[in-house]
Amino acid sequence: MTAALRFDPIRLPEKCEQLRKEVRAFLAEEAARGTFDTSKPNREDTDVPEFCRRVGERGWIGMTWPKKYGGQERSFLERYVVTEEMRVANAPTRRFFVADRQSGPVLLKYAPEHIKMDILPRICKGEVCFAIGMSEPNSGSDLFAAKTRATKTEGGYLINGTKIWTSSAHIADYMIAIFRTSPPTKENRRHGLTQFLVKMKQPGIKVNPIGQITGQYEFNEVVFTDHFIPDDHVLGEVDGAWKQATSELAYERSGPERFLETYYVLTELVRAVGPDPDTRSAEGIGRLVAQLHTMRRMSVSVAGMLQAGKEPVVEASIVKDIGTVWEQQLPHRVRDLAAFVEETATNRETLERQLDFAIKTAPKLTIQGGTTEVLRGIIARGLGLR
Amino acid sequence: MAESDNIVVETAEKIFADLADPQTINNDKKGSWQAPLWQALSEAGLPLSWVPDDLGGSGASLADGFALLNAAGRFAVAVPLAETMLAGWLLAQAKLASPAGEMTVVPASPRDRITINADGTLSGRARGVPFAKAAKHFAVLAHGGDGVSIALVDPSKTRIEPGLNVGYDHNDTVTLDKVQPVAVKAAPKSVDQTTLMLMGGVARSLQIAGALESMLDISVRYSNERVAFEKKISKFQAVQHNLARLAGESAAALAAATSAADAIANAKSFDDEVYLEAASAKIRCAEAAEKGGGIAHQVHGAIGFTIEHILHRYSLRALAWRDDFGSESYWAVELGKLVARRGADELWPLVASR
Repeated sequence: MTAALRFDPIRLPEKCEQLRKEVRAFLAEEAARGTFDTSKPNREDTDVPEFCRRVGERGWIGMTWPKKYGGQERSFLERYVVTEEMRVANAPTRRFFVADRQSGPVLLKYAPEHIKMDILPRICKGEVCFAIGMSEPNSGSDLFAAKTRATKTEGGYLINGTKIWTSSAHIADYMIAIFRTSPPTKENRRHGLTQFLVKMKQPGIKVNPIGQITGQYEFNEVVFTDHFIPDDHVLGEVDGAWKQATSELAYERSGPERFLETYYVLTELVRAVGPDPDTRSAEGIGRLVAQLHTMRRMSVSVAGMLQAGKEPVVEASIVKDIGTVWEQQLPHRVRDLAAFVEETATNRETLERQLDFAIKTAPKLTIQGGTTEVLRGIIARGLGLR
Repeated sequence: MAESDNIVVETAEKIFADLADPQTINNDKKGSWQAPLWQALSEAGLPLSWVPDDLGGSGASLADGFALLNAAGRFAVAVPLAETMLAGWLLAQAKLASPAGEMTVVPASPRDRITINADGTLSGRARGVPFAKAAKHFAVLAHGGDGVSIALVDPSKTRIEPGLNVGYDHNDTVTLDKVQPVAVKAAPKSVDQTTLMLMGGVARSLQIAGALESMLDISVRYSNERVAFEKKISKFQAVQHNLARLAGESAAALAAATSAADAIANAKSFDDEVYLEAASAKIRCAEAAEKGGGIAHQVHGAIGFTIEHILHRYSLRALAWRDDFGSESYWAVELGKLVARRGADELWPLVASR
């Protein structure tokens, strides 16, 4: 038996292609009515609630979930198609994306029935936005060093402490967060954290925006002061959050968003070099397309594993490692290849504007959602090295 | 295409394990392992996997044959198995029967061209032909006034300048000067030089991916044995992260190669989508051979640089295989041109076509 990981060549079934046509037509229609500009990078601080509601009307949010919660009971491969088409079109999916990808599945697994019935259908309608409360000022990659306390009180918990780098907290309706309910034990430093559903926009929660090097205000500091959370908002086992985190990671780390974040500059480069590129441009584009194609095939394969009920955490880590390093380098490679593009290329200004933004975005791609170092640690563990 | 999920691969792996053990081969300076290995492979019908029964082969599916090549890569098999399979496949495209014995294909580079003259003889020069010197027959793809022909050629009628590739396998220059073929037939419309190069490229991609799988295995094993600074080197984070990257390169190569093999095995024709798959596989596997092989050597340190150690059987062959049937630079240029010709707005539909 070999240590090598196999990514079986999953093909998207026919019904996915029909769906893809529907999604493309919808997005073209939305772009035509001015909802968003397909040439503008998916700025994460862009929030277009009416677009999200229309996506919800199509049944494209929470589409793998049970019908009784507003889902469509469709496959992960169909969800994959919707996700990649939205991403490539630079559609403003911010409001529903996190809920669709990971918060919803967590609720499905751990929330009590009345909460599922309340929240999941609203996610599917594109009405609610979720944030993820993991990092703290002194606990980023080292998740289990989290200190924000949940102290037991009558009927629930009182929360005190600070979460940080929390994307979308300023618009979020809910957050799924981990808080400390007990100290770690000598045997298990991961013990003592509990996952909670937090209702945002409530007393005891203050959201302070943090400026980013891109000029955006997309992540935040979230300060909790005696914020009350009722008992039924505990998700899963008290003190046992560490057992629950793993499957979420496979969802979070393997999707097309993990290599398509800066894809728009490649499209624009192809436009700029025209139909008859010189050898240098042709080779550069060919290599980038080959790398992109390979990652997509790996990512689709992981979607197939999820569909088959597996928990491909190591495979997902590999996709995110290779994918985010690639999408981080992409704007720089495109910049190299665009160096000799004619001054007269009609899309020159668009390409330059996109490169400016992509180059500023690039540093975060290997940090958010699990740093490269953390991912390689997970892969190393999968290889039996630790 | 998981390991050992079909009888062809199971049979091959058993033969490789018995007769192509890398350490045994590496210790054998006389090459006495070659004849028994080839005999066993031939008796099992493996070299003519892609030749239908009525043309003298064993009639395995394209998919099974590709899986067999991946297994051959895992053992860094250094007999002309892939070459004979490709030659048999090429001959079968024109309904030409395959003779017994080792074969190879001419040309083996997209930049070389063999022509068929008005009198039916063949002329031209092909460089970098793998195992030409060992071959009992050549399967030749030639261009003439009437289009593409496929011919069976007796190597003794050609001039062979022997050479070795970077992995120490024969890689020869073959010159045909008005050579009368043993048999020749017109190729079907679906087969041209590009088709042959894409098939050969995918075969090499699967072999590279297999070699990387083994490089990962032996590197992980070595890191768990070797002690430095009073601990196993596998416990150093820098080593762990290098091995994680090797696992990524190995996985990417395998994914690209098996995806391309699956695409060809299920394709009705060699359209743009198949072209993307096959060209991408060769490009990405060649890149992985460089990056992954480099890490495998780094983990092994000086011992992996010795001729006694088996690592080079994988690492150098993976590097050598990059050159056959079009290098990654060649395919990148061609793929880049295809993408540019289709235009910016057709790039994503191409990538997302399967």
